[in-house]
Amino acid sequence: MRASRKWRVPAELWTLAALLALWQGAVSLLRVPEILVPGVNVVFEEIVSHPDFYLAQSMHTLSNTVMAFVLSVVFGVGLAVAIVSSTFLEKTLYTVLIALNNVPKVALAPLFVIWLGTGNASKIAMGVMISIFAIVIDAVLGLRSLTPDMIDLGRSMRGSRFKMLFKLRLPNALPSIIAGMKVAMSLSLVGAIVGEFVAAQNGLGYVIMSAQGAFQTDRVFAAILLLALIGTALFYLMEWLEGVLIPWHESRRGHAPKSTAAPPLAPVSPTAKIFDAA
Amino acid sequence: MAVPAVSDVDHNPSLSDDRPLAIEIDGVGKVYQSSDGAVTALGSVNLDIRKGEFISLLGPSGCGKTTLLRIVAGLEEATTGHVHLHGRGLDGLGFVFQRDVLLNWLTIIDNVLLPIDFKNKKPKAYRDRARQLLATFGLEGFENKRPWELSGGMRQRAAICRALIDDPELLLMDEPFGALDALTRDELNVELQSLWQHSNKTALFVTHSISEAVFLSDRVVVVSDKPGRIVEVLDIDFARPRSLDIREEAVFGRYSRHLRGLLEQTDANHKG
Ligand SMILES: Nc1ncnc2c1ncn2[C@@H]1O[C@H](COP(=O)(O)OP(=O)(O)OP(=O)(O)O)[C@@H](O)[C@H]1O
Ligand SMILES: [Mg+2]
Repeated sequence: MRASRKWRVPAELWTLAALLALWQGAVSLLRVPEILVPGVNVVFEEIVSHPDFYLAQSMHTLSNTVMAFVLSVVFGVGLAVAIVSSTFLEKTLYTVLIALNNVPKVALAPLFVIWLGTGNASKIAMGVMISIFAIVIDAVLGLRSLTPDMIDLGRSMRGSRFKMLFKLRLPNALPSIIAGMKVAMSLSLVGAIVGEFVAAQNGLGYVIMSAQGAFQTDRVFAAILLLALIGTALFYLMEWLEGVLIPWHESRRGHAPKSTAAPPLAPVSPTAKIFDAA
Repeated sequence: MAVPAVSDVDHNPSLSDDRPLAIEIDGVGKVYQSSDGAVTALGSVNLDIRKGEFISLLGPSGCGKTTLLRIVAGLEEATTGHVHLHGRGLDGLGFVFQRDVLLNWLTIIDNVLLPIDFKNKKPKAYRDRARQLLATFGLEGFENKRPWELSGGMRQRAAICRALIDDPELLLMDEPFGALDALTRDELNVELQSLWQHSNKTALFVTHSISEAVFLSDRVVVVSDKPGRIVEVLDIDFARPRSLDIREEAVFGRYSRHLRGLLEQTDANHKG
């Protein structure tokens, strides 16, 4: 585990470099027209020659994404706590949420524009709409996974419901919640972009849509490259956060695990599968 | 360890009826409703335990020992009868589980301090006591380690410290040493005896091990299964503190043989 972590980052950088080289090589060897796929050099040139523009667009998309993510975490965990605390809410709210989750949420984007306008609010709402289910479902799973042993322990210490929740249930659910957060982070980005596709004057999604209309393929590729960069950065941010929040989890322990099988890198998330298709 | 002068009389329950009652178990029965009908886990159990006594529950697997302990601890409702706890009641109770149930997200000392936190007292004020307890059980220097960094025996020691942190009057233990190797088990038996002897606590201890029961107890309560009921209560007359050597004595052998006979009998009844 440890050894593999040491060479992981450089290996990924090498992979990235190889991919870019492959892209450049294919474009120049096959003489692909620039209007279809521009070379790496063209895309980089586009970004470097308009640094302020791309920085501003990236920050716009990033801030909407992070905002949507934070709201999803706060409300998602809140909803999950409510759901596991009350059978009534579990039967009603949770059922509604599950049903809602099966609506193709991208289809709701135009509605948010009607309700919230073309500003940031509709993009953030879209991000929350797409990502919150990952948090709720994983958090509910985590909150329910308190073992009978731990419940007995809590009861034998005569703890209040408040103590049971904050000292046992929530910390025990943290690995699950973080697994949901990882999924929600990338989904928030998807939501922000979808929002920008539908109606916007700002952001990388808007850059893609407007450049597409003008056949400025280099701009489209520049925006996509920056989105990939943002997505990757957010992914590593979550990995780092995981290390900070649950250093005690099996997947994070520095020394050799007791079992011979390698521990999973992250707790299994049921939503990881459900949301792959989102 | 200092050896206080303990007369036989002090720990001879038949002669120490002047000690106040700590636990009264009155006609306690338990029926579990399961998918394939009702299971009578406990018939009707009557047992009075006096303050400061060390009582072991000994019986075959599935006879209802855990059920009885959980009813005493208020973790389970009795179907019939009731349990009366004197003194601080459920607040004065420490429970050591079969699995240590240490929380991975807390350090060892924070695990030990958890009951204090749960009872809305100030953990800070108990840190020294926690340190002392851990030291008593040979865990000095492990305060800030995480549970997974400890061996099974050390973890169970930490779990005992957690049960003791709020100075309970009543210590309930459900096969706390069941998962440990024989040497560690012996060691912890001696530590537990010494701790109990110096703290005037009432102990109710569940075990499968005859020699553990005889070594630790003032009285061994033999429970039979289907449904669980008390077959016999055996007084163990050994002076305290007891050393592991008493297991080599003839009297110890007689107690053990008697208890084994009772257990085999319940087993035979069950098969017949
Ligand atoms: N929650 C439950 N639901 C249904 N039946 C139960 C439940 N808990 C225990 N039982 C049954 O009650 C009986 C007594 O169980 P208990 O756990 O008290 O036994 P035990 O003496 O502690 O056994 P062991 O020594 O193996 O721990 C068993 O037959 C068991 O199957
Ligand atoms: Mg049991």
